[in-house]
Amino acid sequence: MSADVIIRVEGVTKVYTMGEEKVHALRGITLDIVRGTYVSIMGPSGSGKSTLFNMIGGLDRPSDGEVIMEGFRFGELSSGQMAWIRCHKVGFIFQSFNLIPSMTALDNVAIARIFSGLTPAQARRDAAGSLEQVGLGNRMDHLPSELSGGQQQRVAIARAIVNRPEVILADEPTGNLDLRTGEDIINLLGKMKMDLNITVIFVTHERDIAYHTRRIIRLRDGRVVADEPVPDGLFLEAERTLAAAAAAKAAPAQPNGGRSLGAPSADARRAAVAP
Amino acid sequence: MSTLLTVRVALRALGANKMRTALTTLGIVIGVGAVVALMSVGAGSQAQVTAQIQGLGTNLLFVRPGSTAVGGVQTGAGGAATLTLTDAQALAQLPTVADAAAELMGFGQVVGQGQNWNTRLLGITQSYLGVRNATMARGEWFAQDDLDSRTPVAVLGSTVAQRLFTEGDPVGQAVRITARGGVGGSFRVIGVMARRGSGPFGDQDDLIYLPITTMVVRLFSQRAVSGVPQVSTINVQVADQALIDQAVAEIGEVLRTRHRVDTDDFTIQSQQEFLEAFNQILGTFTLLLGAIAGISLVVGGIGIMNIMLVSVTERTHEIGIRKAVGARRRDILAQFIVESITVSVLGGMLGIAVGSAVASLLSRVQLPSATGGAATALQTLVTVDSIVLAFGVSVAVGLFFGIYPANRAATLNPIDALRSE
Repeated sequence: MSADVIIRVEGVTKVYTMGEEKVHALRGITLDIVRGTYVSIMGPSGSGKSTLFNMIGGLDRPSDGEVIMEGFRFGELSSGQMAWIRCHKVGFIFQSFNLIPSMTALDNVAIARIFSGLTPAQARRDAAGSLEQVGLGNRMDHLPSELSGGQQQRVAIARAIVNRPEVILADEPTGNLDLRTGEDIINLLGKMKMDLNITVIFVTHERDIAYHTRRIIRLRDGRVVADEPVPDGLFLEAERTLAAAAAAKAAPAQPNGGRSLGAPSADARRAAVAP
Repeated sequence: MSTLLTVRVALRALGANKMRTALTTLGIVIGVGAVVALMSVGAGSQAQVTAQIQGLGTNLLFVRPGSTAVGGVQTGAGGAATLTLTDAQALAQLPTVADAAAELMGFGQVVGQGQNWNTRLLGITQSYLGVRNATMARGEWFAQDDLDSRTPVAVLGSTVAQRLFTEGDPVGQAVRITARGGVGGSFRVIGVMARRGSGPFGDQDDLIYLPITTMVVRLFSQRAVSGVPQVSTINVQVADQALIDQAVAEIGEVLRTRHRVDTDDFTIQSQQEFLEAFNQILGTFTLLLGAIAGISLVVGGIGIMNIMLVSVTERTHEIGIRKAVGARRRDILAQFIVESITVSVLGGMLGIAVGSAVASLLSRVQLPSATGGAATALQTLVTVDSIVLAFGVSVAVGLFFGIYPANRAATLNPIDALRSE
């Protein structure tokens, strides 16, 4: 195995038993993901992409086959060791944000840091840093219900990066957001990837989102049907669109006097909701 | 995850469902409160008995006739008629003995002012008042002359005085006493005793004191053997607490010599032995009360378990999130156990307060006397022991009934937990 391979998936299958019926979610997936790359897993619903996401992140165990991350063979790890992997190696971003509703943005981020063994005070300090990084420095004491969708997803991103993971796994991160907010999130994830030099894996069914990555793995019916790099032309075009959108948004924000990154996305959300 | 933070998370979770937390806590409050209140009744009666036995006098020894065999049949202790008034006089001479008072017990029907009453008759010597630490309510105690000349005088216990003389002062009045197994005679009342209260020996005020010599001659003339009355108990007051063991040995020696026997035909029981025997019985009684109340504590614990299971089900998704961001099994376990212990500790503390309040209410309850004497208050005593016990048990209940729901939460598969809404 090349030293560059951070995640290796070897012949992973997953069979769910629903009553009498057996559902084959994954029918033998084998692939390598190179460290520091930006990868999409695409497929229609029911293709098994979310199941694969769970396997790679160590949230679920395969029926057969093996997931190996940085030399750790998940099949050999105890549940406590898997918790350590999820804590230190992986950051999750979900379509539905998955924030704890009773906790402030700061505590939602800090909790991941606390599970890694820090004291609450240290964890809060790091969490505040992460929230600054995603542009939510002024929203730390708000509950998730007091934040817009885009802001909630930023909290989730802050939580995903707070433990400095090797891999960020994002399952339809823009699925619950309007177009412009989604673009913000994609932009932010791209920036985080560049700043922190981490491996980012997207799971999505949207081609436009997948074009922001450099490699697309297509699943259908539990099997890999295509695995190819994103053509430079498409990638650059997607990046240009994003940059233009960011520039367009940045311009009207100026007269209002240096608003944070969080505020425009809230505006965008309101704009999308308005008739 | 730090303990302090775990506690804070638990408090927040409990605060989110105030009504539910309050009701669950109430179950423990009632359980702990019942344990504290009921044990206070047990401990209270124990304290009462202790005070009463100590109130009998200071450094007392009770000498009673031993058992005797009549044709191979052993009577119980006190069955033999071996102790006499002269034995008592001899014991009073011992250097280790401060004083000795003999008593002879009988039963009889007494009539006075048209009322009649069945009561105990206690023939005693003059020193009885001092040895048994008794006080008079009115009138006078017997003089030595009353004993020597067998005067027909009586001192009434307060219950008897109340029964016979519903109005007016009994002192100076005449009563007629007919002894069971004896004859009748007329006595002049010279005094009434102060109330001693009810205790392990029944109503201490339901009796009539007579000079032992008068009692033997006028009521039980047949019991007088060669002019020396037999007695049922000699109350010996030892001069000093440190001399009790020595006094027991000396009394034994004197009585064996006087009775010309090798084996004791009497028994000596100390006030301390009495106290220990009663304390043992009442200690068991207290524990029994506590155990009965403990059942409600178990019911409260089941309430905690029930609510914790609901809480785990409700927060499955949150557990999934925690697991996804790196919570270990023991982080989740600690969270829910701390939550259930918080409820039980809170309930325990409130329960101790409620139990103590109930105990002080109970102590205002007046218990009617079985023999129609004055009502006595139910005595309660909240001991440190019962508080520590109730608190400890409530923490244990929280731990025990919290473990199952917490373990159920901790062993959830992260993805299954995340998927649930």
